[in-house]
Amino acid sequence: MTALDSERREVALEAQAVPSAAGAVVPVRQPRRKSAGHHLRNILPPLITFAVFIAVWYLYSWSRFDVAAQRRNALPYPHEVITDGFLPLWDPVSGLRPILGYMWPTAKVTLIGLTISVVLGVSIAVVMNLSRGMERALFPYAVLLQTVPILAITPLLTQLFGDEIGVRLVVVVLIAIFPVITNTLFGLQSTDRLHHDLFTLSHVSRWTRLRKLELPSALPAMMAGIRIASGGAVIGAIVADFFFNQGEKGIGYYIRNKQQRAANRPEMFAGTITASMFGVVMFLIVGVITARAIRNWHESAQTRT
Amino acid sequence: MTDTATASDSSRTAPPPRLRFENLSMVFPDGTHAIDDVSFTVDPGEFVTVVGPSGCGKSTLLRIASGLTEHTGGVCEVNRDSIGYVFQDATLLPWRTVQKNVELNAELHGIDKNERKRRATEAIELVNLVGHEGKYPKQLSGGMKMRCSLARSLVLNPEVFLFDEPFGALDEISRERLNDELINLFQSEKFAALFITHSIAEAVFLSTRVLVMSARPGRLIGDYAIPFGAERPHDLRFEPEFAEICGLINNDLKDAHS
Repeated sequence: MTALDSERREVALEAQAVPSAAGAVVPVRQPRRKSAGHHLRNILPPLITFAVFIAVWYLYSWSRFDVAAQRRNALPYPHEVITDGFLPLWDPVSGLRPILGYMWPTAKVTLIGLTISVVLGVSIAVVMNLSRGMERALFPYAVLLQTVPILAITPLLTQLFGDEIGVRLVVVVLIAIFPVITNTLFGLQSTDRLHHDLFTLSHVSRWTRLRKLELPSALPAMMAGIRIASGGAVIGAIVADFFFNQGEKGIGYYIRNKQQRAANRPEMFAGTITASMFGVVMFLIVGVITARAIRNWHESAQTRT
Repeated sequence: MTDTATASDSSRTAPPPRLRFENLSMVFPDGTHAIDDVSFTVDPGEFVTVVGPSGCGKSTLLRIASGLTEHTGGVCEVNRDSIGYVFQDATLLPWRTVQKNVELNAELHGIDKNERKRRATEAIELVNLVGHEGKYPKQLSGGMKMRCSLARSLVLNPEVFLFDEPFGALDEISRERLNDELINLFQSEKFAALFITHSIAEAVFLSTRVLVMSARPGRLIGDYAIPFGAERPHDLRFEPEFAEICGLINNDLKDAHS
C-alpha cells in the first residue's frame, strides 16, 4: 500500500467515526493511524540534536590531542567509547558485561532507596497535613535534609551507618525524599474546598477523608514528586558508590576506578553513559506508572497531538 | 414589603416545618454582617427559592442550614442527618466514575455495598444518566455533571434539599431542561427544597414560594407565593401571569441594589 493510500484510509476511518460521535456530548478520542510523516516529525528534532552533540564531541576530542603522549587525554572519540568501552558485549572481564554487573547493585540501591523515600515521604507529608503546627514543626527539617552537603559528612555517615548498602540507602533517601514530601504536601493541601465541604456534610472521620479524598486528589502532584525523586535517587546511589565501597561494588566504583588512568577513559565514559541510561529508564518507568494511574481523570493525562 | 399575598398562611394542623430560621443573623469574624434578622420556614412539600444580589448572603443561608457554617444569632432548626446539598459546582470526584460518584454519599454514610449500588442505579435512572455510569467526570458536559451531582444527593433520600445556584454555570437550554427535570423530581421524591439563584425566571418557575433578599446585610424584602400548581409545563415561562410575577420580583431587586 502506498503512503497516499494509507493517508486516504485514515481520512475514511475518521469520516466514519464522526456520525457515531455526534450524539455523544464529548467526542470520544479517535484512535489515529500514525503516518510515516507523523513519525518523522516526532523523531527528527531529537535526532538532529544528537547529531550536533556528537559532532561537537568529535571536534573537541580532536582539538585536545596530546602530541607528546600521542593520545587524546581529555576526551576519547565517541567511536572509541564504543569500541574500547562497551565492546566486547559479552566478555566476563571487559566491555558491557562487567559494566552491567556493576550497574546491578547500584540499581538495587536506587530502587530500594526510592521505595523507602516514597513510603516515608508520603507518610511525613500526611503527618504535616494534619495541622499547621505539625507542618511548622517538620518542614524546616525537611528543607535541611535537602540542603545538607552529604559529601561533607561522609565520615559521620560511615560512623553511623557503616560503609555497605545501609549508608548508600541513607544517601539516596536524603536526596530523594524532599521532592516526595513537598509535592505530596502540596497535593494534599490543594484538595478542593468544596470537596472538603462535601465530606464534612457526611461527618466522615479524618482517616476516611484522607483515604477517599485527600490522597487521591494529591496523587498527580505526588507522582510528579516521585518522578523528580527518581532522578535524584540514581545520582544518590552513584555518588554513594564513590564514597562507600565496601560490600557489593556499584557502577560509581567502576567509574571512579576507570578515572585513574587516561587509557581507561573510554571505559569510564561507557560506565557513565550506562548509568545515565539507567536514570532515563527510571524516569520513563515512573512516567508510565503515572500515566496509568491518572489517565482516566486528570487533565495532564490528555494526549497532545 | 410588597402587597402580594404571603405564603406562610399555613393552617393550624400543618406538620412541623422541615427547616426553620428565626431571627437568624450572621456576622463573620472579620466583621462582615452577612445576614440580618431573617425568619422563614420551609414546610414539607414546599419549594422555597431565595433570590438576591450577589454577595447578599444567600449562600451563607445554606451553609448555616447544613451546619457548614455556625450562625451567630437566632435559631436554625433542621434535621442535619437528612440534608441533600447541591453545590454551585458539581463537585464530582474526578477519579471516580459516574456510578462511583453517585454512590459516594451512601458510601460515606456506611450504607452497605449492595444497597448503595441499588440506590445509585435508581438515582441514575431518575436523573436520566443511564448509559453513562462508566464515564469519568471529564467526559461529561456541564449539565450531565449537575445531574450526577443531583443523583449523588438523591441516593440518601433527604427530607430537605439545599441548592446553591446549581445551574448558574449552564447555558440557557441546559438550564431550562434541568429545571423541567427538577420539577418532576420534586413531584416524585417529595422533598422540601431551599433553592438559591440569581435568575428570577428560574425562581418563579421552580418554586412554590419566592423570597427576595436585600444587599448586605441580607434581609428579606419580598415574599411571593407562586400561584401555579404542581404541574409546571415548559411553556409556563411564556404565560403573562408568569411575566407579571417576574416583574414584581424584579422591582424588589432593583430596590435591593439601591
